[in-house]
Amino acid sequence: MRYVIIGNSAAGIGAAEGIRQIDRHGEITIITNEPHHTYSRPLISYLLLGKVTEEKMKYRGGSFYAENNIRLLHSTATEIDAGIKQIVLSDSGFISYDKLLVAAGSSAFVPPVEGLDTVKDKFTFMSLDDARKLDEVLVQNKRVLIIGAGLVGLKCAEGILARVSQITVLDLAPRILSSILDDDGARLVQNHLESKGIAFRLSGSVKRFEQNTAVLDGGDTISFDILVLAVGVRPNTALLNGIAEIDRGIIINEKSETSASDIYAAGDCTQTLDVSSGQNKTMALLPNAYMQGECAGINMAGGEKSFDKAIPMNAIGFFGLHIITAGHYNGEVYAENENYKRLFYSDNKLNGYILIGNVEKAGIYTSLIRERTPLDTIDFTLVCKRPGLMAFKKEDRTVKLGGGAG
Amino acid sequence: MKRVYVNEKWCLGCHLCEYYCAFAGSNEKDMARALKDIKINPKIKIEEKDGVSFAVSCRHCREPLCVKCCITGALTISDGVITINKDKCVSCYTCILSCPYGAVSPSNDGAVQKCELCVRTAEGTPACVRGCPNGAIVFEERG
Repeated sequence: MRYVIIGNSAAGIGAAEGIRQIDRHGEITIITNEPHHTYSRPLISYLLLGKVTEEKMKYRGGSFYAENNIRLLHSTATEIDAGIKQIVLSDSGFISYDKLLVAAGSSAFVPPVEGLDTVKDKFTFMSLDDARKLDEVLVQNKRVLIIGAGLVGLKCAEGILARVSQITVLDLAPRILSSILDDDGARLVQNHLESKGIAFRLSGSVKRFEQNTAVLDGGDTISFDILVLAVGVRPNTALLNGIAEIDRGIIINEKSETSASDIYAAGDCTQTLDVSSGQNKTMALLPNAYMQGECAGINMAGGEKSFDKAIPMNAIGFFGLHIITAGHYNGEVYAENENYKRLFYSDNKLNGYILIGNVEKAGIYTSLIRERTPLDTIDFTLVCKRPGLMAFKKEDRTVKLGGGAG
Repeated sequence: MKRVYVNEKWCLGCHLCEYYCAFAGSNEKDMARALKDIKINPKIKIEEKDGVSFAVSCRHCREPLCVKCCITGALTISDGVITINKDKCVSCYTCILSCPYGAVSPSNDGAVQKCELCVRTAEGTPACVRGCPNGAIVFEERG
């Protein structure tokens, strides 16, 4: 059996590990357009912070490919011929497959702003090479403008704050981390970031750039030396254009199958069911990518696996303040403010939560969302206050603690 | 493989498992000296309410969400035992987000911590099991 995996990050590695759970001998080729060993993409901000080295960023150990008998091909897949099951490579080579996984990831979206071409030092922040390039221009007297107060933009800000003179973060939304926080939570985290020296311009957008100046919609200007664009990502779906069903991302089912036979997809390039909201969406998150990839790999190798519990979930911290969130934020709200906590529930189910500061045992809440646990089967009042197994019925605890573990 | 199992019927709520766990991780020879004047941060933790108590530690899941979700590759499973490579952990807490038992927690040394079945202390039986005075925590093979 010849397995080809396009992509060398979490989803691709998950697939290779999934395949090897079932098939020790089939040929596995991973194609990557990055000249690196598999690395953890979210660690690029920690690299600039000096908290990790490139060696420590390796997502799997140095002997991973050899141990698992995987061929790593540094090339770019430019086209797939699903009829003859062949992939065209950028160096005009070909590679044939029996089972293919597209785990091509996502790309930073670069908004078409007037005058962007006049900005000399502009960067996106998605890859190790992006981080290396940014690293080269970081100097103590430089001012940085980051467009986008999302996870990527703010982790970048944390990573470089000590190495530049000033950081301003601009976002169209009226609050920071708008995809994972509510108004009050966002305010709290913003205060924390401001206390560390990061400045914000919210509800704002850039009308045009004039070299080192951003002219905002209202006419205000922001001067900067370095521009970081972190406004969002777009799934890399082009390889399957005309081959498989694509909406915003490549559509996959619970087996990570696309609509094309023998072609699977996983990770940031896909669109899948969010069980917390019942909506199909792109969820560019590492844990989901790994689990979709592993699921794909097992199925590619002839095993049986379903991954039907994808939900949005994020664990992120800034200067020691930890934030964990999951699910979607509809329904009634349970709120605590001393240790910021919001639980969102309706129809006897927990839909989502936000924890800031004290994140202890957050996984209990995540599990209630993922498993769609009926809230009348647990002590919901207790679990709101104190997440733990105590909230479950004795017989459920007996199973959880006495055997039958996941 | 052998795992730690808990029977709440026999748990006295004495918290000794927590102290033995903290001691096992201390690299000290004398328990009293190791734990004197410190607030312990054990990997096994007692939950208690209305006369019911039980200890919770890592279940060493066969399908470990913490390992699958770990963004750095710091958490791995080998021969069924899930361990943390503290050099690789950046304390992002994705494992705390993922663990359905609440069995991964922040540590005092800049990485997360979890029960590793005392594999690093080279004892045959985990310290919590040896220290439980009422047999509420056992280390055994169960299908």
